This record gives sequence, C-alpha cells and structure tokens, in this order.
Amino acid sequence: MSRADKEGFGELSRDVLLDIRGLEVHFETRRGIARAVNKVDLTLYKGERFGLVGESGSGKTTLILALLRMIKTPGLIAGGSAILDDGTDLIQLNREQVRQARLKRVAMVPQGAMNSLNPVMRIGDQLMLTMREHATDQPPPKAAQMELAIELLDKVGLKPEVARLYPHELSGGMKQRACIAQAISLNPQLILADEPTSALDVVVQRQIMQTLRQLQHQLNATVLLVGHDMGLMAQFAERVGIMYGGKLVEVGRVEEIFHNPQHPYTQLLISSIPSFETKGEFKGIPGVGLSLLEPPSGCLFHPRCPQAMPQCSQRAPTLQMVAPDHLASCLLHEEDADAPAS
Amino acid sequence: MPPLLEARHLRKVFRSGGQRFGPSTETIAVSDFSLSIDADRPSFTTIAGESGSGKTTIARMLLGVLNPSAGEVRYEGRNVHDLLKEERQQFRKDVQAIFQDPFEVYNPFYKIDHILTTPVRKFGLAASKADAYDKIREALRAVGLRPEETLGRYPHQLSGGQRQRITIARALLLKPKLIIADEPVSMVDASLRATILSTLHALYRNFGISFIYITHDLTTAYQVSENIVILFHGAVAEAGHTEKVIKDPQHPYTRELIHSIPVPEPGREWIDEAVEEKEVVDIEAIEAEEMATGCRYVLRCPQAMAQCAAAPPFYRPEAERAVACFLHAESPVLESGDLKEVFSAAADAQK
Repeated sequence: MSRADKEGFGELSRDVLLDIRGLEVHFETRRGIARAVNKVDLTLYKGERFGLVGESGSGKTTLILALLRMIKTPGLIAGGSAILDDGTDLIQLNREQVRQARLKRVAMVPQGAMNSLNPVMRIGDQLMLTMREHATDQPPPKAAQMELAIELLDKVGLKPEVARLYPHELSGGMKQRACIAQAISLNPQLILADEPTSALDVVVQRQIMQTLRQLQHQLNATVLLVGHDMGLMAQFAERVGIMYGGKLVEVGRVEEIFHNPQHPYTQLLISSIPSFETKGEFKGIPGVGLSLLEPPSGCLFHPRCPQAMPQCSQRAPTLQMVAPDHLASCLLHEEDADAPAS
Repeated sequence: MPPLLEARHLRKVFRSGGQRFGPSTETIAVSDFSLSIDADRPSFTTIAGESGSGKTTIARMLLGVLNPSAGEVRYEGRNVHDLLKEERQQFRKDVQAIFQDPFEVYNPFYKIDHILTTPVRKFGLAASKADAYDKIREALRAVGLRPEETLGRYPHQLSGGQRQRITIARALLLKPKLIIADEPVSMVDASLRATILSTLHALYRNFGISFIYITHDLTTAYQVSENIVILFHGAVAEAGHTEKVIKDPQHPYTRELIHSIPVPEPGREWIDEAVEEKEVVDIEAIEAEEMATGCRYVLRCPQAMAQCAAAPPFYRPEAERAVACFLHAESPVLESGDLKEVFSAAADAQK
C-alpha cells in the first residue's frame, strides 16, 4: 500500500458508484410537510470513504434510510434518483428488487448493534439466514453456508466459537463486529454505516473502525459513514459532506473541509470542535437549530449565520464549485463562481 | 474546618442473582474512592471513565442517594445519612445535581416555571412572588437564556440545549457550593456543547462554585476541568492536574484511552494498518477482569508484571499526580488515598 493511499491523500477514484440527484424525503404531519431530505445531490465514487456530518435532525440518517428504501409512513420519498454504476435506480426498485439489492449491492451497519441482532438466534444462524434471504441465485448447501459464516466472523476479527453464541453472550464491540460481518456477507459495493460506534467506548471504537477500514480496503467497497463526531470523520473519511436542515451545504476532501471550510456553518462547526489544543476556549454555534416545519426563507442557515447578507433571506443558494473537488452552497460564493455544480 | 464534602474510602458492591437462579454474583462497581472538596477553595474536578467504570455510582453516593457498601460520605464532617433535618436541608441546598438527560427531568404537563419556582418555595428563598421571579430571571440570564423566551413555556417548546441550561439555572438558584454534573452535555448537539460547558465554567469562575464533572469524553474534560480522575472498572487508575494527565499520561490504561481518541485533524494515522489480534470470546476472562482483586487492568495491560496480582497503591511520581501502577513503585506512596492532596498540590503549583 502506498503512503498516499494509506493517508487517504492519494488520487480519488473517478469511477462513479452511486449518483444521487435531487433526492427528497418528506414527512407528512398535521402541521405540514417536513422536508427531512431536501433535494440532495451527491456523487459517491468507487472504493472511497465518505463521511456525512450534521446535527441531529439534519437528515443524514434519513438519507441513508432512503437509499436502503427503509422510509416508513408518514415518511415518503418524494422525488429524485439514486443510480448505481450499472444503471439501477435504487429509488425505482420494486419490493423484490429491493430485497435482491440489499446486502448484495447496498448494506448497512446499524447504530445500535445491541438492538439489531435477533436475541433468540445464534450468531452463526443469523449470518446464514441473511445469506439465504438475500442471495439472488440458489443459496449454497448448509455446510458451505456455515463455512462462509465462520469465514465472515474471521474477517471481522471474531473467533469461530462466536457462531454458536447468542447475542447476549457478546460484548458491545463484539456485537458490532457481528453486525459488520452480516453487512459484508454478500460483498456489497456500498456500505452505509450509521454512527456505528456511538454506543461504544473509545478504545473499542478505534478497534471497530480499524476493522471497517480493513474490510473496505479488501472489498474495495464504498463506505458512507454517517455521524457527528468530527474527530472520527477526520480519521476515517477521505471526503466529507456537511448537512444542515435536510440540505447538503458543503462537500469536499477531508483536509479541505477541516483546513479551508467555505460555508459559514462548516466554519463554525470546525471551530467548535473541542480538542487538546484549545483549553478553556468555548466556541459554539449561535442560535437554535431550525424547525423543519417552519423553515426560514432563502438560505436555511441565515438566521444563525454571522456573515448573513440581506439577499440571504430572499434567495436559496445552490451547491457551487468553489475549488477543485470542493462544493459549497452559500451566496458568499455564488457571485464569483464561474462553473456551476456538475 | 471540615471539608464541604468528603468521600472516605467509598466502596460499592452490587449483588445480583442468588436464590433459585443459581449462586449470586458480585460486581465491584467502586472499589476504593476518597476525595474531599473544600468549601473555601473552589475546584473543578472531572471524574472520567468508560461505561461501567463506576463514575455514576460515585456521583450517586456523593449525592447521598445511594448507600455505599463500605466507607462514608461526609458533609461538613457528618455522615450524609446521619444528618439532622436542618442539616439535611442545608446539604440539599449546598450540593446540587445536573443530570444527563434534559428530556426526562421535566414533567411535560407543567410549565418551565414549575421546576424553577419549586426550589424557591421549598427552601424559602424569596419573600414574595415578585422577588421569586426576579431571582429566577437572574438565574436564567446567568446561564445565557432570555427569561421572556423561557418562562411560561412548556418543556416540549424548548430545545435540548435550552432545557439543559434551565436545569443549570435551577441548580444555580439555590446558590450551591458544589454542583455534581453527570454527563451534562452527552445528549446535546456538538454545536451546543461548547455553550453549555462555558456556562458551567463561568459559574465556577464567577460564583466560586465547585464542580464535579462526570463524563466519558476526555476532550471536554480537558477543556473545562482543573483536575481529573481516570476510573477503570471501579478503581482510580490515575488522578492529577488535567493538563499533566492528558498531555503526559503515566498509567498504561490512561495511555491507551488517550491514544484511542480520534483527533479532529486529518492524516494523524489514528487507524494503524497492522493486522489486529482476534477478539477472544472468553467469558471467564471477562468475569475474571471484573472479579480481579489486584490491578483491574492487568489482563489488558501490555506492561503487566507478577506483582500486579495485588492492588497497587497510589504512587506520586510528582506532587500533582497519583498513579495506581507498580511501574511507579519507586515513587512515594499517597498514604491517605485522598486525591485532594494531589489536587491541592496542583492548585499551588499553578499559582
């Protein structure tokens, strides 16, 4: 592995894996429609690690649930497309096609591993069940399935004995590893990880992220990591997207986002990260989070933005290229932006 | 003058099972914890540890809501469970708690005013209703809230950050000498954490209120606290001046913990590419770790030695630091076990 590759600073792959265009998820309530995901455009490349960041309620989890077609009423996917490299649109699939796409093409590592495993089923049986349920062709014979299950456990750093155990016999970290084994069981190209370590201690968190990183490399899969821990994003992701109020406000390489953020929200977010370098300095983001039912006019962030201009309350900005591989959605950048977002 | 609050060799053992469900098992939640908080010298102390390290158990014993299995908590020299009525009332006023979940502490049917007027009434803090509301407004402003936007509203109309600040305002109303805050920011969004922590820090600086800040997050601990106690499985691994402990950890566990924190700086190689060892499913080993009579970290420690089978005392490699590890066996021993000695040395060194 080259040094550049190791640090994630190397050339990004240019082969598009998933092209999300104008994705919209609405929740219909008695008080109106909440636009949890509001016309999001995002391109994911093959084999990259992408981090999606946002406060609670910013729509990051809803976005990945939409990709897995797991939005339940009163929520609904109101529009847009998510097209895989072979032309399949995840949003248009029917029930049977969704079943075939899950795990085989798109898999998810859930947030609370403790609640995602069946408590009355041995780990090995659960792995075999997913293989049978989501395999598109004839599933392999039972003995071969068990071998595959043990191989999967080995990949995530668990011993074969774990196959015979029930979830309650495992520690939190081991349960999360079992969930990762399940997610990679049919070699998906896209792994959606929703805060996979937020319930774990930091020591275990580091081990789990290490496992995920190794597997991502082995499978050459794309990982979309959702979370709000900026430290974790800095250490894991190659590119980062920032969401606010259901919209993507900035996308760029991780080092650009951390060292040269362009959207005022990102700038505040980066400067509010506590670190061991800033003792006794407290920087927060002023104002309160927005209500999706009564969103402000124009730019959603303008009521809290320290650099707000008069036109910010009138016109909503769109994602514009501000530098190579760097998009931001802010009127501060719209005047001088020559190239519109691709 | 006796210390404001003193924990003397606190120990808590939880028993579970027994009778028809097989033999009972014992979990040592806290093995031996001593710390005193002086009334005349405000301090900001963090108790940090992972889940199951006993940090909340310590907080509950300090608040007098949980009986220790051994040892005692003393308020102004008297055991908190033997206080007379007036003394107990004074204790309840002087030592305040802020809890983790700003959603669960409110009764959804009462307006915000209720949680603020109740302590004023119970402790007779105000002569009249107008006086009570003046005091409430003052407390709300001190935590950075606008009274006109807060009073008269219901909890569901406020954000998590606002609710948590109201619980701080409630604690502040009573003019306490010590606030015990158990994970006060873990359920608030990252962008609001800084605001709430700066509020706590301002109360310490401006009003001279001592704090015991309980958290699993070492970065926020570093930001606010003067002193830190690192717990592992109910035992103190290391304690001392925050700057020293975080920047130059001496206990092998503290080192592992600090090394595991992802730093918000791309390219730090937090993830190393070396193939990790298999995670062992050895329930007995996990139980052995919980039952260990010696150093609780011995099974995971890369530097474990034969003598680690016995519990290490606190060694003081320097005045401002105590480390419970035999690697420092040539240093003097902290005889009393009271971490205050270490913290006062740190405070003196800062002057």
